[in-house]
Amino acid sequence: MIAGVSTLIVLALVIVLVPLAPGWEAVRASFFDGEVFVRVFPDLLRAFLLDVAIFAWSVPMIFAMGLAIALARGNTNPALFPLRIFGAVYVDLFRGIPVVLLVYLVGFGIPGLGLSRPWNSPYIWGTVALVLTYSAYVAEVLRSGIESIHASQRNAAICLGLSERDTMRFVILPQAIRRVVPANMNMLVALQKDVALLSFIGPVEILRQAGIFKSLLANFTPYVVAAVIFLCVTVPATRYADYLLNRDRNARS
Amino acid sequence: MKTILTAAVLSTLASGALAAGHCAAGKTLTDGTLTIATGNPAYYPWVLNDAPEAGEGFEAAVAYALAEEMGFAAEDVTWVRTSFDEAIQPGAKNFDLNMQQYSITEDRDKVVDFSSPYYTAPQAVLTTKAIVDGGATATMESLKVLKWGVVASATALPIVMEVIEPDASPLVYDDNANVTAAIQAGQIDAALFDLPTALYLSAVVVEGGAILGQFDPAAAENPDQFGMLMPEGSELKACVDEALAAMTESGKLAEIEAQWLQEATGVPLIR
Repeated sequence: MIAGVSTLIVLALVIVLVPLAPGWEAVRASFFDGEVFVRVFPDLLRAFLLDVAIFAWSVPMIFAMGLAIALARGNTNPALFPLRIFGAVYVDLFRGIPVVLLVYLVGFGIPGLGLSRPWNSPYIWGTVALVLTYSAYVAEVLRSGIESIHASQRNAAICLGLSERDTMRFVILPQAIRRVVPANMNMLVALQKDVALLSFIGPVEILRQAGIFKSLLANFTPYVVAAVIFLCVTVPATRYADYLLNRDRNARS
Repeated sequence: MKTILTAAVLSTLASGALAAGHCAAGKTLTDGTLTIATGNPAYYPWVLNDAPEAGEGFEAAVAYALAEEMGFAAEDVTWVRTSFDEAIQPGAKNFDLNMQQYSITEDRDKVVDFSSPYYTAPQAVLTTKAIVDGGATATMESLKVLKWGVVASATALPIVMEVIEPDASPLVYDDNANVTAAIQAGQIDAALFDLPTALYLSAVVVEGGAILGQFDPAAAENPDQFGMLMPEGSELKACVDEALAAMTESGKLAEIEAQWLQEATGVPLIR
């Protein structure tokens, strides 16, 4: 009851007070122009499909690469020590470089070495940049999942006669992956937004399309439209992540 | 010597008085000063060496000539830097005039004010010698099969989409530097720029760059005309237009164009 009333009061204040600001008319005209909204919406929605496509083909690669790096970092075999070093360097490097920089470096740099079409496509190398960054994050998430599995599980599996490999595959990983699903959902929400960074190297996805409209119409409404379209996807995804998190917490307590 | 000094002092004193008597008086951000914005960085041949204060380069020269016409002395011109977005955002602006090759369009005119045009830019095709050697020519059929790239904030995109209608959809970039990076990386074959910019990029920036041809600005349905951008409802617009008209009349504008943009002749027309 109290929560409801206070929320209503805050909302009412915002709705009443903001339009009283002296610059409101100008802001409304350049950010919330209904005519522009209607005019650009279909094109932006179409451009958003490209974001979805890039997202869809990146995710499997990110998880495959992330798992490989997590396993490389987690192995305890002395002979495979170089692999551990590689995993650590990979994570440090790609988690530490801003995504935009990596998109530029990989997206313009590698094709600049002299690759021929279609192998110099910004779609390919932009995707590579996203996979490098996000697999580093996912690797760390998965590694924390693997390390959170109690040692008794491993010991029990070994007692049952499972090989090191089978222990990981049938005992550790299934539990570890389930445990870090909520954290990975957060990664996916972040990735969905970062896909737009590929526009820096050429592809005309939603952010770029909005920028084109902004330039043609000298109006920022297209960005608001793009934000709305993004929210339509990311809000349900975030809520779903919350739901998974809660379910996981309840299951453990 | 003494007379020269006296004259110099007098003219300095007079400049303030002149501005006060002129139609720009009291209409600028700071009284007696004309604040002009340019890009960051400002590009050749519009502004030389990214130093508009020197008055070198077409737009810098036009700016100082305009200021003089409006009754401002050269030292009363202040330069600031803005991006395109800063120029169109709602709210107070930090410039009286913004000059960075803004194309005058009907939609933009609803949000900001434009002066009458100070330059009509032919659009030119920037490509590389490798593409030209590969058989690209200054004909529409040849242009259609190229992979195009353009800058998002320019008026080039509608021209590519509606006039050239390429077979593959064009790639779009933030600024000139990214377009040239993409040309260098072989991701695009050609890009559309206004001719002076294209000439500069092909000569200096793009290794093995070449100009394939230019579109005849006289034949264009909507010629690409550059105007100085002012905040919507600017009181200064009438003064600026008046000064520009006087500069066109006296041949001053054509003279500046000949001085800074002379290389623009001799590029083949696209048929």
